[in-house]
Amino acid sequence: MTGLAVAPSLVVNGRPATLRPDRARRLSEALREDLGLTGTKTGCDAGDCGACTVLLDGAPVCACLTPVGRAEGRAVTTVEGPGLAGLRASFLRHGAAQCGICTPGMLMAAAALLAEVPRPEAAAVRAALGGVLCRCTGYGPIVAAVVDAWREAPPAPGPAAGAAVGAAVARVDGVPRLTGAALYGADLWKPGGVVLKAVRSPHPRAAFAFGDLAGWAAARANVACVLTADDIPGENRFGAIPAYADQPALAEREVRHRGEAVALVAFEDDGSPASLAGFPVAWTPLPAILDPAAAASAPPLHPRRPANLLVEGRVRRGDAAAALAVAAHAAAGAMRTGFVEHAPIEPEAGAAWMEGAVLVIRATTQAPVMDRDETARILALSREQVRIIPSAVGGGFGTKLDVSLQPLLGLAVLKLDRPARMTFTRRESMQATTKRHPAAMTARIGCDASGRLAALEFDGQFDTGAYASWGPTVANRVPVHATGPYRIPAVAARARAVHTNNPVAGAFRGFGVPQATLLLETLIDRLAAAAGIDRLAFRRLNALAPGDATATGQLPGAVGIGACLAALQPRWDRAQAEAAAVRAAAGPGLLRGVGVAACWYGCGNTALPNPSTVRIGLTHAGAIVLHQGATEIGQGSDTVIAQIAADALGVPLAALALVGPDTALTPDAGKTSASRQTFVTGRAALAAARALRAAVLRLANAGEGATLLPGADGLRVAEDGRVALLDLAGLQPDAAGYALSATETYDPPTAALDADGQGAPYAVYGWGAQIAEVAVDAALGTVRVLRVTAAHDVGRAINPALARGQIEGGIAQGLGLALMEEYLPGRTENLHDYLIPTTDDMPEVEAILVEVPDPEGPMGAKGLGEHALIPTAPAILNAIRDATGATLAEVPVLPHRLRAAIRAAGGGR
Amino acid sequence: MSGYVRPASLTEALGLLARGPHVLLAGGTDLYPATEGPRLDGAVIDLSGLPELAGIAAGPRGGLVIGACTSWAAIAAAGLPAACDGLRAAAAVVGGRQIQNAGTIGGNLCNASPAADGVPPLLTLAAEVVLAGPRGSRRLPLEAFLAGPRLTRRAPDEILTAVHLPAAALAGRGVFLKLGARAHLVISIVMVAARLAFAGGRVAAAALAVGACSPVARRLPAVEAALVGALPEEAAGRVDRAAVTAALAPLDDVRASAAYRAEAAGELVARAVAGLARAEAGR
Repeated sequence: MTGLAVAPSLVVNGRPATLRPDRARRLSEALREDLGLTGTKTGCDAGDCGACTVLLDGAPVCACLTPVGRAEGRAVTTVEGPGLAGLRASFLRHGAAQCGICTPGMLMAAAALLAEVPRPEAAAVRAALGGVLCRCTGYGPIVAAVVDAWREAPPAPGPAAGAAVGAAVARVDGVPRLTGAALYGADLWKPGGVVLKAVRSPHPRAAFAFGDLAGWAAARANVACVLTADDIPGENRFGAIPAYADQPALAEREVRHRGEAVALVAFEDDGSPASLAGFPVAWTPLPAILDPAAAASAPPLHPRRPANLLVEGRVRRGDAAAALAVAAHAAAGAMRTGFVEHAPIEPEAGAAWMEGAVLVIRATTQAPVMDRDETARILALSREQVRIIPSAVGGGFGTKLDVSLQPLLGLAVLKLDRPARMTFTRRESMQATTKRHPAAMTARIGCDASGRLAALEFDGQFDTGAYASWGPTVANRVPVHATGPYRIPAVAARARAVHTNNPVAGAFRGFGVPQATLLLETLIDRLAAAAGIDRLAFRRLNALAPGDATATGQLPGAVGIGACLAALQPRWDRAQAEAAAVRAAAGPGLLRGVGVAACWYGCGNTALPNPSTVRIGLTHAGAIVLHQGATEIGQGSDTVIAQIAADALGVPLAALALVGPDTALTPDAGKTSASRQTFVTGRAALAAARALRAAVLRLANAGEGATLLPGADGLRVAEDGRVALLDLAGLQPDAAGYALSATETYDPPTAALDADGQGAPYAVYGWGAQIAEVAVDAALGTVRVLRVTAAHDVGRAINPALARGQIEGGIAQGLGLALMEEYLPGRTENLHDYLIPTTDDMPEVEAILVEVPDPEGPMGAKGLGEHALIPTAPAILNAIRDATGATLAEVPVLPHRLRAAIRAAGGGR
Repeated sequence: MSGYVRPASLTEALGLLARGPHVLLAGGTDLYPATEGPRLDGAVIDLSGLPELAGIAAGPRGGLVIGACTSWAAIAAAGLPAACDGLRAAAAVVGGRQIQNAGTIGGNLCNASPAADGVPPLLTLAAEVVLAGPRGSRRLPLEAFLAGPRLTRRAPDEILTAVHLPAAALAGRGVFLKLGARAHLVISIVMVAARLAFAGGRVAAAALAVGACSPVARRLPAVEAALVGALPEEAAGRVDRAAVTAALAPLDDVRASAAYRAEAAGELVARAVAGLARAEAGR
């Protein structure tokens, strides 16, 4: 038996280390807290995500499941350790780290494999990495990076001045994500503060009353204070859309969804147990609305929302009912979707402290300026008194657009005048934050005898849960997109966001459009069959073309759907032939099918202001500084915005020093949502860079054709063979403190929608289409997606590698939506009951970048982040129907559901 | 404070256990997920340092003894007879590599999940567990040890030390089929283990077990009996799917419906038998 009073010693990354003498502690905790090795991430504390993978005597284990006592006297290797240079370089080369939160786990699992098999096959890599979840990449680039890790490739030279746009440059923020140096929400805190834990409702709706809070706190030496709604100094309401703000930071008197916080306990941050056991709160469960269909007749959750209707969005053009009555062919159907959890591998986490009179909150977020404004209002502070510094963000996908722990951190810091930190458990993260809206939709669609679409009726009910969040956005965005990228002269589409006592549904990659597209695209397959037309041909026949108006009466600037569908034609022909050959060769049982689906998606807010501002400064020493407030959540905005700025300024990408985001240092570049950063912030960066270039050339008295030559000793301007060092030392600092700077704002031109949804809701649209090829095991109802071919019109691929990364990652989430993801409150509040795709669930992906430049986009670029997810699930459902004849009206298509649908289609045994 | 001890011998561990109730910690892959805190609270005995519980060895009269703290990774990598192919296949799908390196066969059995991957193949191997306690050591058939979901016949002062596989059950070849809604890290909807031994070109012994379709995984004696005497090409056709269903008691849960489980179990049993028969025919 080991001497237990002695501090356990072990060897970490080749060096002796000593841990606190608590051997039942998770090794992950000890590495992070005792040794400061925060490169080891904790995503679930349950062995479900693998982010905390370390090597114990060379074998990969989850540090969260390893008692410190078991590591005693042994060798532990973490992501900060030696021997990973080749893997890291390969990861960087292949764009294998997006948000980077799973990267340490991936690297360690890969290192263990490579120690045994230096040049593994892809299948062996997928098996070895099967225990680490990634939510961003779709795994393809990671597997490729491990397969390729043996190769010694010299680092690629950076692009020359003016050649950054269009180059697949490695992420500018890539290296820290590969060394463990990037600091995420849970990785940086001030010592001597408090750790916060929230007390949350176990009921979907309940009244509550506190007992003796002071007595409970006083009886616990490590409780610094208990905070409730009564302690909130400002307006206890937040909400992404100010007019609908309705969500309390801490509930008052009644909770409206399971997981809603009612109190906050601040524990001393000294390693003592932070237990909420016995917390004095009494719950009185109240009748809850769990079925959105029952919401209309139930008492309203919010006083000014009768029938629990939050918002109804409508688009009406022509007479759809009349056109359907005379349509040569028609198809009608229904589709249901469930709650989908974003499942970023990083749960909500952050820290806060005072700097003078300013409350600093450093947390994981997608929307720092909104966080600042909402936190300030809740805490009765001015905006100037709150500074939001986004941490490195370990995945968001929409869930980190709403404030979560920011006001709670701020409240504790103000109350105690001490630093605070907070990290949600996985369960808390799943219970308390937003979800994709469950939808119950019906539609009818018709075409004429030649297959030309004539009319669409669409009706969708979206369960928006207990609070508004982004429900209005979903209700307004869905009808606009209900037609898909097709020319349909008569349209009647409506979507209602309805309150229930279910989880708050908010923003999730696509804002309702993926759900609506599932119904539309599966109906189009049935309509094409009725019309006797090949499914891809039917879509090409009806695709919007330049000059065609959308259902809102808008003429989009650059229509790329035709080009996307055309790019798929040879792949479609090949896939059809292959499936036919397999069907001919194989016996019954294992079925092959091919499906296609398309998408369009408007970039930015729906018919609302949506500006971004970017500043670029030239220091007196001649350094160029890009103040870029767009929050990098793994999608690549740090790199893409810098590429645009570098080319517009006419300097090499490497010459830019990057600052931000940070509400004290960067102008407002809006939120990272709605596929808007490349487009909107890109345009602002373009304008700022051009303005600074003009100012520099004026100062140098040089013409537009002059070349800027940044160097260590200053900025030179070359023209006609003459090179002059710019004399900046004598310039008065401008308002931003620079020798020269430019600050420019771009706001996309949109026009409000009228009562019939007519108008120009978006300035730029992106387009795409995907083919899915599947194998179905008919007797078991299981589906293997073999290949997805994705053609996306990005206008201009600013960074083709990052664009492909978005496509592969979107496909992974679309596959999850189609086949496995379903959040059930109280039942799937972890990452082993809530399933997201693993390495071997992913198909082979071919991404085709189509470039139809948009006159409004920076260098022609359009958004892409959300588009890539939208066609995947309907393409898979269409492929399953092609294989089996089964009509599916609900996702996820779990095996038992598919088996039942196959039986209903007459394919049962 | 800690309450954690990691004894170096079984005697020491049993002595500690005799003094009062302890949580027995093996791989930790179930105990740590069950807490949300940074540590395991209470009195914990970590069994991972006991040499008596480690490794795979030949047992008496031709059987095998698998130490309770043998990891799934060690089982997957072990040179075992073909009868254990199902056990090895199960070992390779218990979570990911990380879980397989930590999780143990004894922990899997003591956790007694209805969806424990290790149980169906061990049932087809007629496994017995060895329990050591202050009254000495006793053996129980695995069926008897597993009393229900999360419930075993281990007394609070006993430690499961080993799993015995008798020689008679090491004949033939085994297989394990796991059905879940994703590829890795998945809790089974249905799993099936099968072992067939052939003699004279016919099935001489059949062992079939289904997991995740009843409170405890079950053998299928009636279905097994119908297979004895079958030629390889007849074997799968003799699987009585109705008898498979009749032997089970599946539930509806987030992963699947009961009706689906019952049907899929029959399909998987037939496939498992067909696969083993094909392997025999191809020898």
